[in-house]
Amino acid sequence: MAETGRQALLQVERLRVEFPTRRGRLVAVDDVSFDIHAGEVLGVVGESGAGKSVTGSAIIGLLDPPGRIAGGRILFDGQRIDDLPEERMRRIRGRHIGAVFQDPLTSLNPLYTIGRQLTETILTHLDVTPREARERAIRLLEEVGIPAAARRIDAYPHEFSGGMRQRVVIALALCAEPRLVIADEPTTALDVSVQAQIITLLKRVCREHGAAVMLITHDMGVIAEAADRVAVMYAGRIVEIGPVADVIRHPRHPYTVGLMGSIPPLHRKVERLVQIAGSMPRLHEIPPGCAFHPRCPRCFAPCRERRPERFAVAAGHEVACWLYGEAGDAAA
Amino acid sequence: MAMAEFPERRGSPLGLLHRLAESDLLHSFLSSPVTVVAAVVTAVFVGAAVFAPWVAPHDPFDLASVNLLDALLPPAWMEGGEWRFPLGTDDQGRDVLSTIIYGSRISLGVGFASVLFALLIGVPLGLVAGYAGGRVDAIIMRIADVQLSFPAILIALLVDGVARGLLPRELHDEMAIYVLVFAIGISGWVQYARTVRGSTLVERDREYVQAARLIGVSPARIMARHILPNVLGPVLVIATIHLALAIITEATLSFLGVGVPPTQPSLGTLIRIGNDYLFSGEWWITVFPGAALAILVLAVNLLGDWLRDALNPKLR
Amino acid sequence: MLAFILRRLVQSVLVMLAVGLIAFALFRYVGDPINNLVGQETSLADREALREQLGLNDPFPVQYARFLAGAIRGDFGYSYIYRRPVAELIAERMPATLELSFAAALLALLVGVPMGVYTALRRRGILAQAFMMLSLIGVSIPTFLIGILLILFFGVLLRWLPTFGRGEVVELGWWSTGLLTVSGLKALIMPAVTLALFQMTLIMRLVRSEMLEVLRTDYIRFARARGLRSRTIHFGHALKNTLVPVMTITGLQLGSIIAFAIITESVFQWPGMGLLFVQAINEVDIPVMAAYLMLIAFIFVLINLIVDILYYLVDPRLRIEKAVAHGHG
Repeated sequence: MAETGRQALLQVERLRVEFPTRRGRLVAVDDVSFDIHAGEVLGVVGESGAGKSVTGSAIIGLLDPPGRIAGGRILFDGQRIDDLPEERMRRIRGRHIGAVFQDPLTSLNPLYTIGRQLTETILTHLDVTPREARERAIRLLEEVGIPAAARRIDAYPHEFSGGMRQRVVIALALCAEPRLVIADEPTTALDVSVQAQIITLLKRVCREHGAAVMLITHDMGVIAEAADRVAVMYAGRIVEIGPVADVIRHPRHPYTVGLMGSIPPLHRKVERLVQIAGSMPRLHEIPPGCAFHPRCPRCFAPCRERRPERFAVAAGHEVACWLYGEAGDAAA
Repeated sequence: MAMAEFPERRGSPLGLLHRLAESDLLHSFLSSPVTVVAAVVTAVFVGAAVFAPWVAPHDPFDLASVNLLDALLPPAWMEGGEWRFPLGTDDQGRDVLSTIIYGSRISLGVGFASVLFALLIGVPLGLVAGYAGGRVDAIIMRIADVQLSFPAILIALLVDGVARGLLPRELHDEMAIYVLVFAIGISGWVQYARTVRGSTLVERDREYVQAARLIGVSPARIMARHILPNVLGPVLVIATIHLALAIITEATLSFLGVGVPPTQPSLGTLIRIGNDYLFSGEWWITVFPGAALAILVLAVNLLGDWLRDALNPKLR
Repeated sequence: MLAFILRRLVQSVLVMLAVGLIAFALFRYVGDPINNLVGQETSLADREALREQLGLNDPFPVQYARFLAGAIRGDFGYSYIYRRPVAELIAERMPATLELSFAAALLALLVGVPMGVYTALRRRGILAQAFMMLSLIGVSIPTFLIGILLILFFGVLLRWLPTFGRGEVVELGWWSTGLLTVSGLKALIMPAVTLALFQMTLIMRLVRSEMLEVLRTDYIRFARARGLRSRTIHFGHALKNTLVPVMTITGLQLGSIIAFAIITESVFQWPGMGLLFVQAINEVDIPVMAAYLMLIAFIFVLINLIVDILYYLVDPRLRIEKAVAHGHG
């Protein structure tokens, strides 16, 4: 577990999220645990369907029904937030935990000016006058790089380009001064040329406002650029978690190894990219034992039967793989 | 990069049945008791209508069997009623239950025929508009838009009125049913055309269609064999809801006196006939046909509602 | 904005011309106008003379233009049945229809919209489910049947309300109103409710489905993620976004109330234009049919235009098309 004595800002303990369907209960997030400390950027990476967004939604209390939290606890500042009544949770959203979603076009109400959307958020959470709220909004827009903010504040969302809109969304996520921002695929819907700018912006602005970030993405490049630590998810479980540099340069879990190998490196020529055979199982077809074992080149006896525990392999770096247990070849 | 996607071919009937049996559709149908009841009610009406001569206790149009002495008898459970005429009789001595059964025949017949007619106009027009695009599309859609702003009943009334003016009286009576089907059908094609056009626009740009065009498959063939099967779902939903509307429209027109001829009364006609006796206390002549009409339309509407929810990909 | 209005105006005029063409074709070619104006015994020669006099042998475009000119003036010739100017007949009956239609439209809106919002927000509640069932029944029972049932119940059985006619009317210049007398108002209740019911249920279902759709959007989700209060989200964001598209459809629906009045007027013997039209259809009174057609088309086109302009005013995306095109952001 985390090394510092300070209590983590966010503690997710053995979280389990289920979706009851006609075909039975699908487990989208299965016994997931991690911490986020104040001010740090935790990247959560994995393929579509790995459970990353569901985890983020569960933390902020916006799981789409019929999804529900079926086990575990979520603690923010030491207080449980997974079982709060709706009104208490509402006060946490925006004010303590903010969110940035994927598509900036659909995240903004097209019929309201961005100024209105900003000031109403500020006024909901902070005890300021409307005029102060407006000033704060303008300052925030300037921070996120909207030119002529004092004028543009009265513009409508469709008057902005995609990148600009996402900047507005980031401003909206931060305007009530939360300490944690959950960013769910913040750059996926943007032009490639704009993605880098937005990620840099996100990181900078959150740092300046003292907010930690849970950065959910399928793009390792984004993680490498912005995250301090990274958690790799597969089929609803965390398979590896640790400092970014460490995980990228020395991936331990066979899945992570495959992920890193599938990215063409800039500095070397490679004959062929590593490809992991097969594909991630659907939620109702998750194999017993380690979810990755059918595709794992290093699968051995325990993998098929028992779900791997998390083993520490380096400082702050853990892997959920039997290879790193006592019986495994790679035990630390 | 994903391979080109080839959509499922839903055309084959056997395949359709098989998939239907184990699909969510059947499950969703059976798990909604209201829908099951609605389907049963509709089936009963259709069955009664089709098998009317065998199901109805009397033949109300057989002048020989109708006796004026039996006129205006109340329903069987009331004083003065007879079980021979379970729901009472009208002013001519006709058994109300039998007139309802025969009337349903006309109502359902005109309803189905109108829907079919509207479908046969609307679906091809929609396919052509979506596939051809450009001016053809613009023209068809313009006409559709303009027509859509006028309520169906008005258009139906007008068509009927024109027919009445163009045809001499006797011919008009004979042709009244056809005119009616035409009127109701022509007032309802737009919805089909629009929906089909929308789907066609989506399918047209898919790779499999482009591939077919490259090979040289004729447009008609592409539309019929590739695009059409994918469009049937929404069309079915519209058709069901349109059926309810068609039945109501026919009933309304008949009630107003401009629908089916008096020799072949539909439920609407029966209600009109009964209306005159409302004030003198013989309420059953109107109320029972009215109830039958309402129940039938309600059942069809419920089916349409369920169908729409079941086939809606967004709600799955 | 001006360009937009101009474009819509031109479209409207084109539609009116098209409808006018149909009305004229009706007028001229369905049945023989001469036959309806003269008796059986009139000689062929006299008929021919009359034909010439009325200009019925002139080329098509000339007759069409004449018809249009007359239409603009409000002159639609004489009714075959009543032998009076059609314009007079319609003017006489218009107040009755308009009052009924407005009352029904108001009722439909005032009940339909709130019910729609309520059933969207309280989806699973008992009351909401009840409303939905009732609305389904409302859509399934034909208007005339509702009218009959109301008459049976409130008129015949309870004897609370009159079963036909308009009650006492007060003449205000050219307009005759039933709103100023007790009997007039009482007579208005059942027809207005009958006429409103169908529209009311449609509006309710529309508002509900639109609102449910809106509540599923990303921006509502984002609003919730920002911790905005439920009231703000529901009545600030969701409601506004719901009403904008609903507005257009509702406007058009309300226009169709005037046409649906035909049925209600028949059931309640309400002396309006609708009743006149039905009689005209029955008796093949072509001038009345043509005139009614043009009038209804005009009303529809007008409502369409108003709704389009309203939509333009309310939705900022439409207004600022040009700004985006010039490269802002």
